[in-house]
Amino acid sequence: MSAAADHPILDPALAPPFPVAALPVLRNPELRKNVAHAIDVIQTKRARLVAEKADWQELRAAAAAIKDETLANLGAYLEQFEERCTAAGGHVHWAADAAEARRIILELLREEGADEVIKIKTMTSAEIQLNPFLEAAGVRAHETDLAEIILQLGQGEPSHIVVPALHVNRSQVREIFARTMGIENLSDDPKALTSAARNYLRQKFLTIPTAISGANFLVAETGSVAIVESEGNGRMCLTLPKTMITLAGIEKVVPRFQDLEVMLQLLARSATGERMSPYISLWTGVTPGDGPQKFHVVLLDNERSSILARKTERQTLRCIRCAACMNTCPVYRQTGGHAYGSVYPGPIGAILTPQLMEMHHAQSLPYASSLCGACYEICPVKINIPEVLLELRSQVVNQERGHARRFFDPMYLGLRVANLIFSRAWLFHTAQFFGRVGLKLFTHKDGWIHSLPSVGGKWTQARDLRGLQSQTFNRWWAAREREKR
Amino acid sequence: MSVNVQPWPRSRQMILDRVRTATQSVAKGVGELEGAYAALPRGYIHSGELSEEARVALMIKRLREYDAEVVECAPEEVPAAIAMQLASSGWHTFVVPAGLPAMWLTPGFEWKIDHDLMASEIEQAEGVITAAFCGVADSGTIVLHHSAAEARRVLTLLPDWHLCVLRASQVVETLPEYFGRYEQAPGLATFISGPSATADIEMKRIKGVHGPRFLDVVLVRDG
Repeated sequence: MSAAADHPILDPALAPPFPVAALPVLRNPELRKNVAHAIDVIQTKRARLVAEKADWQELRAAAAAIKDETLANLGAYLEQFEERCTAAGGHVHWAADAAEARRIILELLREEGADEVIKIKTMTSAEIQLNPFLEAAGVRAHETDLAEIILQLGQGEPSHIVVPALHVNRSQVREIFARTMGIENLSDDPKALTSAARNYLRQKFLTIPTAISGANFLVAETGSVAIVESEGNGRMCLTLPKTMITLAGIEKVVPRFQDLEVMLQLLARSATGERMSPYISLWTGVTPGDGPQKFHVVLLDNERSSILARKTERQTLRCIRCAACMNTCPVYRQTGGHAYGSVYPGPIGAILTPQLMEMHHAQSLPYASSLCGACYEICPVKINIPEVLLELRSQVVNQERGHARRFFDPMYLGLRVANLIFSRAWLFHTAQFFGRVGLKLFTHKDGWIHSLPSVGGKWTQARDLRGLQSQTFNRWWAAREREKR
Repeated sequence: MSVNVQPWPRSRQMILDRVRTATQSVAKGVGELEGAYAALPRGYIHSGELSEEARVALMIKRLREYDAEVVECAPEEVPAAIAMQLASSGWHTFVVPAGLPAMWLTPGFEWKIDHDLMASEIEQAEGVITAAFCGVADSGTIVLHHSAAEARRVLTLLPDWHLCVLRASQVVETLPEYFGRYEQAPGLATFISGPSATADIEMKRIKGVHGPRFLDVVLVRDG
């Protein structure tokens, strides 16, 4: 696949800024083709199925309102969930941050004597970097979602939250499976590859007695957990093992079982362009004789309560992780998911990641957007992502305000000069004249500026600039008026 | 090493305090929130408008789109319809929940009745027959509540073929209508919409990853 130097880093504390991290993808036509193809397929299916839904806007409004009501009284709903889940035989644990969640899960696994665990795809576990932590502690975590196996065996990183391996094509999957599963003569037919994964996992499902999952929804009224999936690996993991550990962000709660009538209709259509995902599983604590007889839920805060405290940003927590925003985003389409340096890419990642990092890292992400608003329009829970992006941008600027180096930063220097020029007409016209003469030197025969020196180079590194017209609008207008007379 | 894991009381209180400070919510319990909850906008479609005939026809159409084979029969013809499906399936070993009517078990096949069968025994069965709780026509969804005739969850998971007996009177048009059909929310539920599938490799839809690869339905005209 890509060279080691290009291996994506999805830890926001270590990842390079977005414009730098985007370069390997922008330079890799194969990768861009894989991403664009996958997105086009989902978007076409989604558009068709949303169009047939006469009450789509009413469903969106209801979902946003349900989520807002839950968030506004989250404490009461969390306590109700805890009470009902415990009454049904589950154990509820509370983790203030990623480190505590990892520690709780490891101790639960130690209690089971587990040195292996099977996992249902969970982005929350990727958020807390659970797998490498367990590996270091001597517990092997086996991913069971097809895309996650491709990434785990190929030592790749997820680039999308619903189809995490959409950047990998069939011949690359064939190579990974043939090498790691030791299968000779494996064809690159997706059917053969899927069947290889089925065989690889079947024994693991039947023999490994401990599983870890995320949660699509927690139901406060009943203490139930809902998992939405397509392959059946989720059902295997939540039915066959003796012990199940569910890791869920505190924002995953909905008040009542009936609220799923809204959420499930929106999620399947938005995420995969289906009327309903093939399998939705709901369970409540422990059911004697059916499924795991030990059940733990780890409720994760990890900065969610700080997001909750902020008026504009709170809506971030409505997210049901459908990925529609990344599928529609013109920036994601060009850069793919790895450029975001986070397990949460795309527009939702651009607002969620810096907030999870307390704005100490990933400050470039709020700028990784053209603010076109497609993500807001498509979002099934109506998160106004552009509004949050702007709010976060202002916070980034405020952070930089106190820094001495900002005084000499070429961008801020430029902005101060611009401020001076724009406030005086004669200066503006003079600057326009010299700018026109200057830019002409860099304008290509085709009328475009492809590269600029110095600071301007930062702009043209990822964009082309239209060359200036031979005269300004002002002069053209004045000349036109003269001709009239 | 054995550690007795206790909930972390300190973090519990800390998180709840942080959440309460963030939300400024004074509600002591969800009982105080019933009014606000009831006032939430719910302008979406609750009940369908199709006749029973059209509703069942839509259910069958959706199931067939999922490549399910659907046979219709009158209530007294269920055993015969099942026998026909079994014969044409080409399979021989079946597992069934203990609550399934005995007359559905056609002689001439190997039947394992689930009295706490081990997963390894269930896995050796080629097919499973169950009843259902509800069918949602809009999305072709079969809902199981895992009652005595609907089987434990593992039974409808490991065998490669699932034959589900669904009564026309159980079919609703929209998903919200399902949520009006139970007395009490189920502790366990599985919603099945077509066979297990993936599109993880180049978005090409492949059927049959881990769950049953084949789902067929006997639809009983009991209306």
